[in-house]
Amino acid sequence: MLVETVERRALPGWRGTAAKAAVSSASHLKGLIVPLVLAAVWEIAARAEAIPAYLLPAPSEVLAELSALAEGGELWEHIAVTVWRVAVGFAVGAGAATLLGALTGSSRLLRELLDPTIQALKAVPSLAWVPLFILWFGIFETSKVLLIAIGVFFPIYLNLVTGILGTDRKLVEVARVCGLSRFDLVRRVLIPATLPSYLTGLRAGLALGWMFVIAAELMGASKGLGFLMIDGQMTGRPAVIIGALILFALAGKASDALLEAASKRLLSWQDGFGETQETRNA
Amino acid sequence: MLEISDVGKVFGDPAAAAQAGLVHHALDGVDLTVGQHEIVSLVGTSGCGKSTLLRIASGLDLPTTGRVALDGRAVTGPTPEVGMVFQEPRLMPWLTVRENVRLALLDLPKAEQDARIAEAIEDVGLSKFIDAYPRQLSGGMAQRTAIARALVRQPSFLLLDEPFSALDSFTRQKLQQHLLALWERSRFTMVFVTHDVLEAVSLSDRILVMRGHPGRIHREIRVEIPRPRARTAPEVRALEEEIVAALDLS
Repeated sequence: MLVETVERRALPGWRGTAAKAAVSSASHLKGLIVPLVLAAVWEIAARAEAIPAYLLPAPSEVLAELSALAEGGELWEHIAVTVWRVAVGFAVGAGAATLLGALTGSSRLLRELLDPTIQALKAVPSLAWVPLFILWFGIFETSKVLLIAIGVFFPIYLNLVTGILGTDRKLVEVARVCGLSRFDLVRRVLIPATLPSYLTGLRAGLALGWMFVIAAELMGASKGLGFLMIDGQMTGRPAVIIGALILFALAGKASDALLEAASKRLLSWQDGFGETQETRNA
Repeated sequence: MLEISDVGKVFGDPAAAAQAGLVHHALDGVDLTVGQHEIVSLVGTSGCGKSTLLRIASGLDLPTTGRVALDGRAVTGPTPEVGMVFQEPRLMPWLTVRENVRLALLDLPKAEQDARIAEAIEDVGLSKFIDAYPRQLSGGMAQRTAIARALVRQPSFLLLDEPFSALDSFTRQKLQQHLLALWERSRFTMVFVTHDVLEAVSLSDRILVMRGHPGRIHREIRVEIPRPRARTAPEVRALEEEIVAALDLS
């Protein structure tokens, strides 16, 4: 030891993790206040017959309708089918976007060859593919999954390429000075540097996946939450439509929360504004 | 020994630039030999090519003309013999202090990596922070981590590009003394770029004053004052004034 250090900073472990968990669950609870108040107002308005029930049934009625569907087992089947479609479409779209993004991000030649075409395809509104897909693959699963995959693809591809190209040149120089192999450069520098942008892309892609599954199910399906909505419309049951809406919201939020939790874990090294805000509020 | 012979550097495409009459000669005809264990500093105003010269010596950039050799072998790219410290710490924010230092050792067996990392981090006085992330470090601690990363390989040459310029003057002086102590123990050959003249005088055996457009070595000054050198000693002050005059800041 040549010089005794006088600089001191708090290490993360020194802050109580239990306290932190309590803070985060408290802030989650705050997020529930507005929906609960809205539901209460809605329920009161419906009971007072301020809005006709054939347009907007009370929340209690929506819940009753949903639990009736759940008891018959029908609801779970619809949910499972929709979740499966999103999952497969997301996997296909994210897989293709990751592969192509990694290729065009890391090779100038491939970027110059492929990127203009991909950007041009992006300009086609995704729903415009529907007629072609139906013609090619029929109205069954393939065309639905493909439509979802297309919707998922672009945000992930764009964010990944932006992330790769935005990697700090100075850090890459450090890798050169340290004599990192190509593999270590990718593993220890490029992937972590790209991760924030890539995860943003995954979350945006997943949100679009949920959007496109509705489009896919509205265009013709015999199962799924989108079908349930059409069914509710045809049979004049607004409670079913609203119930499906709520289920979509819950499913979208839950899947996004999973990705968000993964992001937080993977990006705990970040020194962002959100984090300082969190600790100040605590 | 580091030998730089007749090195010139032109940025951009030389042919195209010459045609447009826009040739930017960052360096022109620079000769410099740094002996073993020597401490040489390059001083000069910004844009005089001193950082470019250091980058060429490290192998990060290649000269347009001339050659660079380390102990007789031509430099064609970065090598483990040369440690480099930049103006910014340049730590990977996603790696702890330990893993940042490990970057310089990835081709060695794991056990040896761990032993060397612990030692290098101990040397810069950061053992308590070995598992901290860069965001938890002060500027001085981050730069010390960068020094540990540069020295963990026990290089024969240490190149530093304005390593302390972003630090407050107290931390800067402390790190200068610290670096000197490490040098006294390991005796690597050290070349550093600075625009802090007092820093150059208090650390170097030899000071090269550079001037720009194109970048050339304007003057060479040997510092014969014995170490440790007090910053307030009259001979240190006199030399400082001489160099400031040579920089021609007017």
